[in-house]
Amino acid sequence: MPAEPALSRLDILESEALHLIREVAAEFDRPTLLFSGGKDSAVLLRLAEKAFFPAPIPFPVLHVDTGHNFEEVLDFRDRRAAELGVRLVVASVQDSIDAGRVIEQEGRGASRNRAQTVTLLDAIGEHRFDALFGGARRDEERARAKERMLSFRDAFGQWDPRNQRPELWNLYNGLIGPGENVRAFPLSNWTERDIWTYIDQDGVELPGLYFAHRRKVFERDGMYLADNPFVHRDPDEPLVEKSVRFRTIGDMTCTGAVPSTASTVAEVIAEIAATKVTERGQTRADDRASAASMEDRKREGYF
Amino acid sequence: MSLPTDTEPEAFAPADSLLRFATAGAVDDGKSTLIGRLLHDSRSLLADQLEMLELAGKERGDDVLDLAMVTDGLRAEREQGITIDVAHRYFETARRAFIIADTPGHAQYTRNMVTGASTADLAIVLVDARNGLTEQSRRHAVLAGMLRVPRLVLAVNKMDLVGYDQGVFDEITAEFARFTGELELRDVAAIPISALRGDNVVHRSAETPWYDGPALLEHLEQVHIDEDRSSGDFRLPVQYVIRAQGQDYRGYAGQISGGRVCEGDEVLHLPSGLRTRVTSVDTADGALAEARAPQSVSVRLADEIDVGRGDLLCVPDAAPAAATELSVRVCWMSAKSVLRPGARLLLKHTTRTVKALVAEVRHQVDVTTLRRDPAAELGLNDIGEVGLRLAQPVFCDPYERNRLTGGGLLIDEATRATVGAVMITEAR
Repeated sequence: MPAEPALSRLDILESEALHLIREVAAEFDRPTLLFSGGKDSAVLLRLAEKAFFPAPIPFPVLHVDTGHNFEEVLDFRDRRAAELGVRLVVASVQDSIDAGRVIEQEGRGASRNRAQTVTLLDAIGEHRFDALFGGARRDEERARAKERMLSFRDAFGQWDPRNQRPELWNLYNGLIGPGENVRAFPLSNWTERDIWTYIDQDGVELPGLYFAHRRKVFERDGMYLADNPFVHRDPDEPLVEKSVRFRTIGDMTCTGAVPSTASTVAEVIAEIAATKVTERGQTRADDRASAASMEDRKREGYF
Repeated sequence: MSLPTDTEPEAFAPADSLLRFATAGAVDDGKSTLIGRLLHDSRSLLADQLEMLELAGKERGDDVLDLAMVTDGLRAEREQGITIDVAHRYFETARRAFIIADTPGHAQYTRNMVTGASTADLAIVLVDARNGLTEQSRRHAVLAGMLRVPRLVLAVNKMDLVGYDQGVFDEITAEFARFTGELELRDVAAIPISALRGDNVVHRSAETPWYDGPALLEHLEQVHIDEDRSSGDFRLPVQYVIRAQGQDYRGYAGQISGGRVCEGDEVLHLPSGLRTRVTSVDTADGALAEARAPQSVSVRLADEIDVGRGDLLCVPDAAPAAATELSVRVCWMSAKSVLRPGARLLLKHTTRTVKALVAEVRHQVDVTTLRRDPAAELGLNDIGEVGLRLAQPVFCDPYERNRLTGGGLLIDEATRATVGAVMITEAR
């Protein structure tokens, strides 16, 4: 028999992701998909669309809105949900602050990132979600390299890295008790480059922030932060206009832009191939707090 | 603080095939250093990651980069200098992309080695050249064989500490060959390396002129893998029934766990035993003329049969057993309980979960000698042979024939923990 071409890595990664999405949809009563409008969740949403095609996605999508998000991203979020006919649930950090559930940080470096955990856990309780799909990738950060594809969380939303369920073959143990939930990560084995190659190959639409545009930014700790009303800018941090794009998109207060002229997916891929810095290292101010900041947030219930 | 630097990275050419491999080795055999070296010399570490390593090294007063720090992700691991759980790493070269299941070396983490090996196309067993084959190396080779990892690399590490002596290497590989003769390992390569110095890891070393094989990375790039995944008889465990209202669509979705299927193929449905024909192999990107393992697809059938999750579609003349009595190998994974006759558990097998009763514990397998010892129960990290009785049939193959239809999880119904990995040896 003539040798046939191997299945491509994206074929294999896509098949693995569809398998996990269908397992969770089959075994859980109230799943939801975390959709922030960022590139990973845009790919995740596309995979969910594919997993049930031609039927619609059989669960709602959830966005934890810090109140400090880019307007373009929120527009994109709303439009994609409407196009797919999925119900969009928005959990608002501002509501949590107003209700006294969290105290807003203040001053330089203040961010609502940590507050998201409270809002997320409240939304899980309110909607009784038992499984949450997330777009996290193991290549992003070393605590995430330890994550399971289907990750058990106790009734307090906590992750215990020393007590994870073994995952063998393509089998996932989805049994949970009342109040407990799982986080499902179909993109676990994808790298940043896989995500972009898939976006290219599959024509996945993204918010324009991912491509080069001119924007007023200021420099802090070697990162460019977008001028915005939510971040405390010091007098020695002057605004400059630059051609930039975003490599990750999160809260405006902690997402850095990178100088770039890449205006198409192909140009972005070329830029990533040449980069010398990791995605989170380059653009996430909150990960710099300590070597274990992601691990600590995950233990508390964050993704 | 310096490391030998490489030439400029090759221009980005998307690597299109994917190899999953697991690394195994005892605690100080240099496993983390090897992974760090692979990532470093293939230029997969970026500036901020290197900076972090340098900082960590300075804090500890080291004068060389500790590449092992790349892989230890948890606070406790960094503090204790050990690896406590499986981590996954990613890197790619111009030829291929790689997923590393980095499994801890401690004997008490046998279950993690089993976990990492279950999905691996290849396992690297690391041996310290100064110590030769230890009980741990034997254990890792046995486990790789038992898990039917198709390919194995014996990486004889720390060759620099034995003066790159060919005699040492030859002796270890000969002993390994004698030992693995009974393991049914299909494809074994032995490579002399120094992870610390980078000999034969990414680049061939001038220190081992007597060795004419490939460097480790070259070997990983060249190993042929695809036929492993799609060989064997067609099996599709039904995972989810897709119905689209108003379109009269009814498709049976799942991940093909063996062989291949074409539009028009006759298939057998279990448990009904009815035969029908595949009218379409669908994906969201269009119908396929043929699909093969491990693709996720949904198939439509010519006849209206009652098909649901937990059922199986397969090739009619080579159907799996519909079994309620199983002889299995179990790796027990629970620290809180033991496996005893009379225990009631759940067996998760393909897309079906059934109640299982432990009918008998036949014996325990000594995973360093493969000897079978009488045993009344199995504790954490023990591997043994067990008889299970099931409340409903599962549609299964012997594990040696198909890792996906021959493997299963044992789940404790009360605690909901995954307590065992199952490899089916016989089914009735």
